Amino acid sequence: MSLTLKIDENSIAKTVYDPLLENEEMIISIKDLSLFYGEKQALFNVTMDVPKNKVTALIGPSGCGKSTLLRCINRLNDLLDNVRVDGDIYLNNESIYDKAVDLSELRKKLGMVAQKPNPFPMSIYDNVVYPLRIDGVKKKSILDEVCERSLTKAGLWDEVKDRLKDNALGLSGGQQQRLCIARAIAPEPEVVLMDEPCSALDPLATMVIEDLILSLRGSYTVVIVTHNMQQAARVSDYTAFMYMGRLVEYGNTVNIFKKPKLKETEDYITGRFG
Amino acid sequence: MSRFTRTNYKIYFKSKGEPMLWLTGGGMLVALLMIIFLIYFIVRNGIANFWPDPISYFETVQGEKFMGEVTKRERYVIQSSADKDEKVYGVRYLVRIGNFELTNEHFKWLKDSEIVKESKPKYAMVLERLEWGRFYGFPYKFKIGDEVIADNIDGILKNYDKYHDEMRRLWKQKVNIEKKQIGKLNHLIEKERLKYRKVELKLKKAKLSGDKGKISEIEKEYLIVKKDFERFMEWSKKEYDSYIDKIALLKNKYERYSITFKTADGREKDVKLFEIVRGYRGNDLSLMDKMGIYFDRWVEFLTDDPREANSEGGVFPAIFGTIVMTLLMSIFVVPFGVVAAIYMKEYAKSGKIISMLRIAINNLAGVPSIVYGVFGVGFFAYTVGASIDNIFYEAKLPNPTFGTGGILWASLTLALLTLPVVIVSTEEAINAVPNSLREGSYACGATKWQTIRYIVLPRAMPGIMTGFILAMSRGAGEVAPLMLVGAVKLAPEMPIDGLFPFVHLERSFMHLGFHIFDLGFQSQNSDAAIPMVYTTTLLLIIIVIVLNVVAIYIRNRLRKKFIGSIF
Repeated sequence: MSLTLKIDENSIAKTVYDPLLENEEMIISIKDLSLFYGEKQALFNVTMDVPKNKVTALIGPSGCGKSTLLRCINRLNDLLDNVRVDGDIYLNNESIYDKAVDLSELRKKLGMVAQKPNPFPMSIYDNVVYPLRIDGVKKKSILDEVCERSLTKAGLWDEVKDRLKDNALGLSGGQQQRLCIARAIAPEPEVVLMDEPCSALDPLATMVIEDLILSLRGSYTVVIVTHNMQQAARVSDYTAFMYMGRLVEYGNTVNIFKKPKLKETEDYITGRFG
Repeated sequence: MSRFTRTNYKIYFKSKGEPMLWLTGGGMLVALLMIIFLIYFIVRNGIANFWPDPISYFETVQGEKFMGEVTKRERYVIQSSADKDEKVYGVRYLVRIGNFELTNEHFKWLKDSEIVKESKPKYAMVLERLEWGRFYGFPYKFKIGDEVIADNIDGILKNYDKYHDEMRRLWKQKVNIEKKQIGKLNHLIEKERLKYRKVELKLKKAKLSGDKGKISEIEKEYLIVKKDFERFMEWSKKEYDSYIDKIALLKNKYERYSITFKTADGREKDVKLFEIVRGYRGNDLSLMDKMGIYFDRWVEFLTDDPREANSEGGVFPAIFGTIVMTLLMSIFVVPFGVVAAIYMKEYAKSGKIISMLRIAINNLAGVPSIVYGVFGVGFFAYTVGASIDNIFYEAKLPNPTFGTGGILWASLTLALLTLPVVIVSTEEAINAVPNSLREGSYACGATKWQTIRYIVLPRAMPGIMTGFILAMSRGAGEVAPLMLVGAVKLAPEMPIDGLFPFVHLERSFMHLGFHIFDLGFQSQNSDAAIPMVYTTTLLLIIIVIVLNVVAIYIRNRLRKKFIGSIF
């Protein structure tokens, strides 16, 4: 058995979809999306629909384009120079790459949690209500309410309720990440995008976050990028396997992990490469 | 053993790295010693200046008798023979003999070998006077008018203690009238004169244009204003006379009290009581007395106006000017530099133009500061300032208002000078803001400006403060450009005072750095000025340190707030 497994590009050129997906109500649909960093193509004709109020995991080896795909959804890639995007993404059947789209408005519908906790240099309270503040909300009663609700949902309220005015940078790594989740869900977004939210955390903190993701299921659509396959299996309803910028197989998590249709997926999941 | 052949040794030598430790450590040590020595030197020379020295009385071989404070003692070579290494040394003293109006010198060199007799007379007094520098002598008579009140030493001293403070108070009242009240009156007169002159100019212009209706209209106005002005001048003349009367009254009182002193060589000299800033018997002081005089001199130095071509008295106007100028400069440079850096880092696409711009800015930091001075006086004062004068201060011409050096132009010039420092450090601070924070903010739906305003700037604030501190230190210590754009030897009025509009940005000002230069190298009485140079330098260092410590304190608080601990 060789350590590096050769993958036949032809066999992954066409995405394999799970028929179960057709029963779901979709909130995001990605249509034929390709992305170029300068000359280098990072995504190849990705087409996938994300079901509403479910957790969808993107898995794949490092550099396969899963984070890039995630960042295409809230157009964070626009911040980089030399990025070109072909194809389109629809949120509730509205194009997000349309010229008329207001990026601020769009991003308010898509909460994001980054790989490394990135609390802003301000108090815990200010962090949580930041998305509302920049939206011009000034009323204290609203802000207080949102702060408590978001922190409660993020499972952080009991730990920080007595020190909301303290600097957020004084929290532990796990707490900071939950704070970021609270911040992401504060403006009641339709979708929460998570980019490897546990990769900088210890196992205990990871468990807390995973429980949190499970509790969000049903009320939020979550798209989570992870390269921890157990995590994907634990938290997600649907899993998309990506490789070399292509969406290889996409379907119900149980099916993907129990009986993948493609040999490549099986090889990756069983740890034979990656 | 082959291990210690030359080539092997070389490799061994380099790979071991210990010599580098010594070299680098030595470099640091040299830097450290330089700093310590500099501070020690300034502090040592600056701090002792105000300590009262005893008064020595000398008689010399030549038959001279004089008295004063020994300020310096040094060895010198009396003779040296070429064939031998032997040298014969003597000692000579620098004696501050004062009494300038009698002797025409402040200091005298005295060789050890010339001294016939030396003593420390108990009743010898030192006087620090308003004019003519110090005086050394023995109290002889105390007089009110021509009447001798006391002629024994105790009586004189008792009367001195009794009347001196009061005479000083009266004299200060007189100065206050001269400076504040007459100053205010002059201010008013100038204002009225300008009002009148404005109408006069308007009339002149109208006459040139030849519009008859207009001329007659303005002529009417002119006549009214002229009448008002004449009436005002009459009133002000009366007012002025009343002040003069008051002054004469005060003068009559305080000028009558005087002490006749006898100098070491027996000459008599009357000294008016009000002229004595401070008088004490130098050889009859307890340690507490000495400390009292020492601190009193420091207080005078920090709070008073200078006297005697700046070599005596205080430096308060210079302290004030330095601080105001530095703060004004910061007000100009920090926002401007920060905004420029934000543009370059956050808005502009990085490319050839921006990197060329960056090189240009860095090079600006290396331009000699006098060049900025020339630019400042040529552009700000003579071009911009002159235009301002032509438009807004026409009535005052040909006297320039903004068209000459002033604190506004000086701080703008220094702002230009320190701009690169602020831009570079702000850029670095912005660079150090992690991208994840920006992305986090954008992902929340923030606009670019909101992200900069709420995330980038607060986080970069400590770094910006660093730039501010560097700019401040540089600005406070700069002298060369200031000499061209408004720092003066003696400024009659402060840039901020109690007269409307309170802040007078067009005024010239005193600056500690320039004060040091002027004191040390432009002063006739250089032996007396040199110790003051050290003291003023010490003060300048202290001011820069205090400004820096305050800024560093603020920076550390910001850093704690915005950057926090790294988990």
